[in-house]
Amino acid sequence: MMEFALFLGCTIPARLNQYESSSRAVLKKLGVGLVDVREFNCCGYPLRNIDFKVFLLSSARNLALAEKKNLDVMTLCQCCYGSLKKADFLMKENASLKKEVNTTLAKEGLKYEGRSEVKHLLSVLHKDIGTEAIKEKMSTAFKGLKIATHYGCHALRPSQVVGFDNPLAPTLFDELVEATGAESVEWQMKLECCGAPLWGVNDRLSMDLTLKKLKDGRKSGADYICAACPYCHIQFDKVQKMILSQRNVNHPLPSILYTQLLGLSMGVGKKALGLEMNEIPIGGIVELLKKEKELAQEKALAEQKEGKKEAVSTKR
Amino acid sequence: MFLRVSLYISSVIFLLGLIYKVAGWFRYRIGIGAGEILTSTRIFSAIKGILSTLFSAKILTLLKVLVLDVLLQIRILREDFLRWVMHIFIYGGFMLLLLMHALDKTITVALWKNYYPTVNPFIFLRDLFGAMVLVGVLIAIYRRFILKVPRMFSNAMDIYAILIVAIVMFSGIFLEATKMVAYSDYKRMVDEYSGLSDPQELKSLEAYWVKEFGVVSPNLKGPFDEALLQKGMELNQSSCESCHARPQWAFVGYGAAKIIHPAGLGIDRARLPSVFWYIHVLACLVGLAYLPFSKMFHIFASPVSLLADGAVGKEKLTPANRATLQAMELDACTHCGTCSLRCSVIMAFEEIANRNIFPSEKIASLQALASGKKLSPQELRHIQEGVYLCSNCYRCTVVCPAGINLQDLWFSVRETLLQKGYPEVLVLSPLSFYRGLMKEETVPRDYEKPLIQAREAIAARCDLMKRKDKVLPLTSTNRQLQSGLNLSAQAKTFSACFGCQTCTNVCPVVGNYENPQEALGLLPHQIMHAAGLGLRDLAFGSNMLWDCLTCYQCQEQCPQGVHVTDVLYELKNLAVKRVMEETLQPVERK
Repeated sequence: MMEFALFLGCTIPARLNQYESSSRAVLKKLGVGLVDVREFNCCGYPLRNIDFKVFLLSSARNLALAEKKNLDVMTLCQCCYGSLKKADFLMKENASLKKEVNTTLAKEGLKYEGRSEVKHLLSVLHKDIGTEAIKEKMSTAFKGLKIATHYGCHALRPSQVVGFDNPLAPTLFDELVEATGAESVEWQMKLECCGAPLWGVNDRLSMDLTLKKLKDGRKSGADYICAACPYCHIQFDKVQKMILSQRNVNHPLPSILYTQLLGLSMGVGKKALGLEMNEIPIGGIVELLKKEKELAQEKALAEQKEGKKEAVSTKR
Repeated sequence: MFLRVSLYISSVIFLLGLIYKVAGWFRYRIGIGAGEILTSTRIFSAIKGILSTLFSAKILTLLKVLVLDVLLQIRILREDFLRWVMHIFIYGGFMLLLLMHALDKTITVALWKNYYPTVNPFIFLRDLFGAMVLVGVLIAIYRRFILKVPRMFSNAMDIYAILIVAIVMFSGIFLEATKMVAYSDYKRMVDEYSGLSDPQELKSLEAYWVKEFGVVSPNLKGPFDEALLQKGMELNQSSCESCHARPQWAFVGYGAAKIIHPAGLGIDRARLPSVFWYIHVLACLVGLAYLPFSKMFHIFASPVSLLADGAVGKEKLTPANRATLQAMELDACTHCGTCSLRCSVIMAFEEIANRNIFPSEKIASLQALASGKKLSPQELRHIQEGVYLCSNCYRCTVVCPAGINLQDLWFSVRETLLQKGYPEVLVLSPLSFYRGLMKEETVPRDYEKPLIQAREAIAARCDLMKRKDKVLPLTSTNRQLQSGLNLSAQAKTFSACFGCQTCTNVCPVVGNYENPQEALGLLPHQIMHAAGLGLRDLAFGSNMLWDCLTCYQCQEQCPQGVHVTDVLYELKNLAVKRVMEETLQPVERK
């Protein structure tokens, strides 16, 4: 069985429980084992502006903890992913940096050697499990649902460090979205930043960027924007709600977490999905799931075809 | 007489202390808006809140909290088994000793008519409870000084707490042990209770006690002949046993008596039992009098905090009750260090020597702050840095065994400190994301102030940026800047820049402005130039640095492989460091 140390980071347990619960439920259905490491600390991302060493030590400590358990790390957050990857990259590249970090880690009996790989949930789903295997576990699919897929900066860039997908024309997340039966629309600002890094630092600028992006998503005809990062999602959800009231914008583009989208098509229970925990309501999405009848019909149709094929082959 | 007078004195101090401390919950001002609320409003609000809770279905929640969290201390058990054993032994043992030993004449007597401290089960139970506390204290010492639990700091109050309990316990044990070996205590009991007067009988009883119970007699020494002992045993049965069980039942004291046995005569001559009695009683009374002012006050405050936490739940409190709750919570902290053990940003301490980074240490500073103690600007800034250096992960709040809403405390204090006017550069990092989300909880007119202040503090040190004409003298180049950009070896790449402006063209922040230079100062490619030329002030003083999303578009698309975003990161680090070094002295690291 595939097994990972689940790196939740700070934001998800504190502010986005539905992301954790829906991820756990989906991954369970897909047979992915998750190990919780209580000692994990902040990845260091929010401190990169302030002190490089603090960032590096924070990430390195997490990597060393995972290594101690002989596990690869799976993150649900683009920023955690980017930070852990960056630290891993730097220490593999620079032996003296690694040595310096290890001197500090040794105080706690930890050591970083670079044996644990860091993966994002999306890359695990796409590369380790595969869209075909995901489709097999689905109990239903969406019909006529248009999704504006949002990759998130720190998953894609710097590509030299993360190696997640083609940084200029990625397809990984689109394919995962389409696996649920939804259509991943083409939109111009797909790869732009969500604006979250500046929320609380320069709100006006952050709002400008978020609004521009959401407007573009709506223009492309998307019903929902879909993210797989707590910062991006909160920006599109709670912060969008704040922007709406502040800037008199009427039509929101609600955000759904990818694990909620996938969970719906997998028949994950309501409680784990936590749809009602999103600030901008997304309950309506359930209407776009194919009804049981339709499914049964489709299934019968497919079986008929199979049957004919078989009949043909037996004739031969 | 002595006992009575000192008991009264210490009880009065204890009661006054209790009143003083509880009054502090309504007087001390901490957090947003607390300054404007009158003490009387706070008292009324609290009473109203308590009454409405008591007469609602919440009473069931409170009962659950009382049993699970206060009495059984499940929260500690969830964290650490050894610690739970330690605490339940100290607290359980001590409470039982208090009720059944210290207050035996009022409580135990009322419950058991035939109570007598020297008969079973009481003689045994007393030592059993004592043994529990002793084991607890030993675990406490082991945890703090041998096991060295990570990030658990021992301050004077922690050491005092262990010390006072240890003194009470050891003096009690040695009081018991010295009495067991002391001949005069034996003699006094015989005179008072046995009713024997025949010298032969007295001799055989004494022989029996010397042989069997370890009394050290100046007159008799073994070996004794069987007949004498046999007679002694019979006399013991008829005259002593009904109100004095075998001293062995007091197993802790008896164990200690065995050890001090060889010095028995001297101990009696020096009247050590009286000495230990005074130590024991005085330690108890000092402990009682000082309790409200010591860490031990958590005996009262922590249950209150746990119950309040259970009653409040996720509800929103009125500003008055929030202020009172937060002042009370500061007293509920036991400095147990669980929060610091689980804190997410602990690694920051490795580079930034400020103890206030750790939640458990912040509390002590906040206590000083709340009590209105005059703090120097340096101290205030260290507290401010400590409370801001927090990823708001709520872990401290989730694990706190005293049910303190630490997260809310940090947020509250953070806002009040930021308004004191000392610039905090940490606000220019994604740590502020949480503050942005909590915007509605802040005072609207004050929200932007810290952000502007921080930028101004950095820009104030960048004289070149203030020049309108931007005609730069050649001497201002700073070689240190270039060599300073070496944190990750990635930033060194700035020298490869050939000025194509791709970075600036793809930057979404630049693209957001009609006149980007006016809003942002230097643009990304210009900052790369500035770094290349060593023009520190220009690089540091540009808003671009702090308005960078770190989205890595520039870096990804640079044809020259310049790590633009990483260079910006390192410039930010250097700018922060410069402001910190020039305005804030590092604290002594321990």
